[in-house]
Amino acid sequence: MKVKDIVPRLGLDMLSGDADREISGCYVGDLLSWVMSHAQFDECWITIMSNINVVAVASLTDVACVIIAEGARPEENVIEAAKAKGVCLLLSEETVFSLAAEMAGLLKEKQAE
Amino acid sequence: MSDALRFHYDVDGENFTSAGEASAQVKKKLRQLGFSPDIIRRVSIAMYEGEINMVVHAGGGKADVFVYPENIEIVLEDSGPGIADVELAMKEGYSTAPDNVRALGFGAGMGLPNMKRYTDSMTVESELGVGTKIVMKVNV
Ligand SMILES: Nc1ncnc2c1ncn2[C@@H]1O[C@H](COP(=O)(O)OP(=O)(O)O)[C@@H](O)[C@H]1O
Ligand SMILES: [Mg+2]
Repeated sequence: MKVKDIVPRLGLDMLSGDADREISGCYVGDLLSWVMSHAQFDECWITIMSNINVVAVASLTDVACVIIAEGARPEENVIEAAKAKGVCLLLSEETVFSLAAEMAGLLKEKQAE
Repeated sequence: MSDALRFHYDVDGENFTSAGEASAQVKKKLRQLGFSPDIIRRVSIAMYEGEINMVVHAGGGKADVFVYPENIEIVLEDSGPGIADVELAMKEGYSTAPDNVRALGFGAGMGLPNMKRYTDSMTVESELGVGTKIVMKVNV
């Protein structure tokens, strides 16, 4: 499953990054130190954080993409940093819970294939 | 060891948002040098936590990364207030970070524990009113 597959399915707004990046799992969290030590390479990270440090954490952990949920809006400099670092930022109005539930469904679908 | 590669960075204490620049640079350099993703991840996360700490708790500092044949060494040095009780500071959940830092997603008291977890050795030398020096090594 690729980023470009989840964008229409979850109704996401894509701001930056690589739509062809493969997604192998999902991680949810807002405490950046915690996320840094638990999120894995190629996962989709769902958070309500939208500050610039999100870009640094996403880049260091090399997650496939970041969904900024619940209508949180990153500032322009955050989007610029994401573009510069090749971090895939996606926006959603949905709650973290419903996004995670939908991701779980999509990942299960893929596994069954 | 004179044949080590050395990267030096000044970590700006004024700018919390630029924290992470040094670790991002190191990540890029290590990738160019062909290190495995696991090594790169461990070095860059440990360094990022250290960088954030220097910005949040010490008003900035400097970071040096040495690439030796057997390990990668990260040396972080600041002239901040120092750490009164290093053992306590190393405990997961211990934090003196202010609320504005917490609102940004840091200040969970996991920085130093993460640095220890991600490296093969870590020493903390700190003196109140003088500063803190942290040396971390990741075996390659
Ligand atoms: N470079 C430093 N200078 C002074 N104090 C520090 C430094 N690094 C860490 N500390 C102290 O150790 C505590 C724990 O650090 P850490 O585990 O990174 O958690 P956090 O940064 O989330 O508070 C900090 O809250 C601070 O009191
Ligand atoms: Mg910290």
